[in-house]
Amino acid sequence: MSGIWLAIFGGIIFVIGYRFYSKYLAEKIFQLDPNYVTPANRYNDGVDFVPTNKFVLWGHHFTSVAGAAPILGPAIAVYWGWLPAILWVVLGTIFAAGVHDFGTIVLSVRNKGQSVGTLANKLIGQRAKILFLFIILILVLMVNAVFAWVIANLFISNPASVLSVFIQIPLAIWIGYRVYKRQGSMLIPSLVALAVMYLAAIVASYVPALQINLVEYFGGEGATTLFGMNATSMAFFVWIIILMVYVYIASTLPVWKLLQPRDYINSHQLVVGLSILYLGLLFTSPEVTAPTTNPGADTSWFPLLFITIACGAISGFHGLVSSGTTSKQLNKETDARFVGYLGAVGEGALALISIIAVVTFFPTLSDFTATYSSFQDASATGLGNFVSGAAQLATGIGIPASVASTIVSVIVVSFAATTLDSSVRLMRYIISELGEEYKIRPLTKMHVATTVAVVSSAALTLIPEGPKGFGSGGYLLWPLFGTSNQLLAGISLLLIAIWLKRQGRNYLPAVIPMVFLMFMTLWAMADQVIFEWSGMGDADANMLLFVFGAIILVFALWIILTAISVLGKKDDQNISNE
Amino acid sequence: MKSLKRIFELYDEILSLPHKQEVARELRDEDDLFLLLIYSDMLGIPNPAFYYTLELYPYIIEKFHDWHLRMGMEKSPLEGIRCC
Repeated sequence: MSGIWLAIFGGIIFVIGYRFYSKYLAEKIFQLDPNYVTPANRYNDGVDFVPTNKFVLWGHHFTSVAGAAPILGPAIAVYWGWLPAILWVVLGTIFAAGVHDFGTIVLSVRNKGQSVGTLANKLIGQRAKILFLFIILILVLMVNAVFAWVIANLFISNPASVLSVFIQIPLAIWIGYRVYKRQGSMLIPSLVALAVMYLAAIVASYVPALQINLVEYFGGEGATTLFGMNATSMAFFVWIIILMVYVYIASTLPVWKLLQPRDYINSHQLVVGLSILYLGLLFTSPEVTAPTTNPGADTSWFPLLFITIACGAISGFHGLVSSGTTSKQLNKETDARFVGYLGAVGEGALALISIIAVVTFFPTLSDFTATYSSFQDASATGLGNFVSGAAQLATGIGIPASVASTIVSVIVVSFAATTLDSSVRLMRYIISELGEEYKIRPLTKMHVATTVAVVSSAALTLIPEGPKGFGSGGYLLWPLFGTSNQLLAGISLLLIAIWLKRQGRNYLPAVIPMVFLMFMTLWAMADQVIFEWSGMGDADANMLLFVFGAIILVFALWIILTAISVLGKKDDQNISNE
Repeated sequence: MKSLKRIFELYDEILSLPHKQEVARELRDEDDLFLLLIYSDMLGIPNPAFYYTLELYPYIIEKFHDWHLRMGMEKSPLEGIRCC
């Protein structure tokens, strides 16, 4: 079967979801009112609250939420075959992510544009807000560790990509300066920056002298370096230290200096990446060689599939964007359907092409099963398989495979680096806020909070040991990233459900995905914590994963209990619906 | 051709959205600081140009309400300006 059929299947379900389910949500559940004065119009201050065209707002929302996560999760989850992964991505997108992203925008719009954190405080209580902060703290810590691993891993496996990624930094600073100080247009300079980066990627693909290969530098694979570490371990260690120093500097700079200009370039990369992959799919029409399902899997798909693919099926992070910025810029309430629901669909389309790239990459079924021989192998090699699969699709539009794999690596690393910058920044804010809450004054200082964020992230990246030694086991944290993201989505869906109930409306469209997510998180964490990480099962004990898994388990339980107690009450006080 | 131009304009607008917001925020912060300096007498810091600040009254009066809200004061801190 051609991979195009998978894209067509996914596309049709997305269209049906948008056409019918989002219409049902808009008319019957959220009851959008075109005449409602949105916070953007009511509090228009030209800064935070600005009425914005719905196409522009959708573009901004989509580029803010799309990143490396919807690529990595699906590339691992195809271990259980292409069918479960595709079904979870398309059904998750239309029934869970769509409701979540759309709902958080509406909830925030109907509550003066307040963010999910503030609404948790208002709807459930002060304890919910603190818990919310802790969940985000765990989520950003996982994001930092996993994405630092992603970048170091790609730098080691694809050294030709290093040059372009490092060239992006001075180019971004140049654009930031030019646009900010001289008020120039940003479209042309950012396109020039993109051209320079891709030119560097092409040249580096052919000139080994321009490839920064630390493993070779330390004597090649198998060589022993300082402290008895092998060359790959040393390369991981050095890259992670470099990344953490970079991210310390990047996250303490004003956003217009580096983060925003990088985002302009990354927006182009998102468009370029999606166009190359979908066009390449159309022209190559590759055969799906992965199995439909994998009955011989060493780890059951249930419930791990639902936490392995978080972004792409449903992601709590979207709620932060929806209620943090998008809701403050919504011109008409009815635009929420287009911006929120289609934002989730855009992310689903990215996850879909990631699945297709991997399941069509291998020449035969036995090649696939040899690489995806166990869940651990799938987790360790998923990202590399996506890069190779995407490069193969790109050859369909005439890009040589070596250049294509460098460019795809550059795209993934750029997404991961920007996410790393934003999430260390976010972690710093949360540490400061917790410092204020618990009266620990030093934590409220920018450099103390950043140091805590960077050091804890670096430690978490380096501790899990993978097959390539020290620092190469970052993928072991992936299930924790997935579950903490689902927890966040669970809280947002709970808030939507509480709000709907207090309006006297049907709250099942929000409650069903929430219960589903929390059930899967509880099951997966209980299973992993008790049988995998505690040392009670066949596997060796892993205290790091055990502790984090146990914390997530308790949080998930808390959300379920709160849901039962709040949704079970009959006499609710009225909640704002101005 | 016209629709292609429109697509590029739209794309440019998508990219500029967060940037424009950031520029506006920086400018607002500068304005806020300026207003605070005007009222430095309230903090016990002598304002050498206090007499001339009256001339700024028509320019700042419209922004005053939003400013004191942003500064965390729910009601107008000045007897002379009763905006709320």
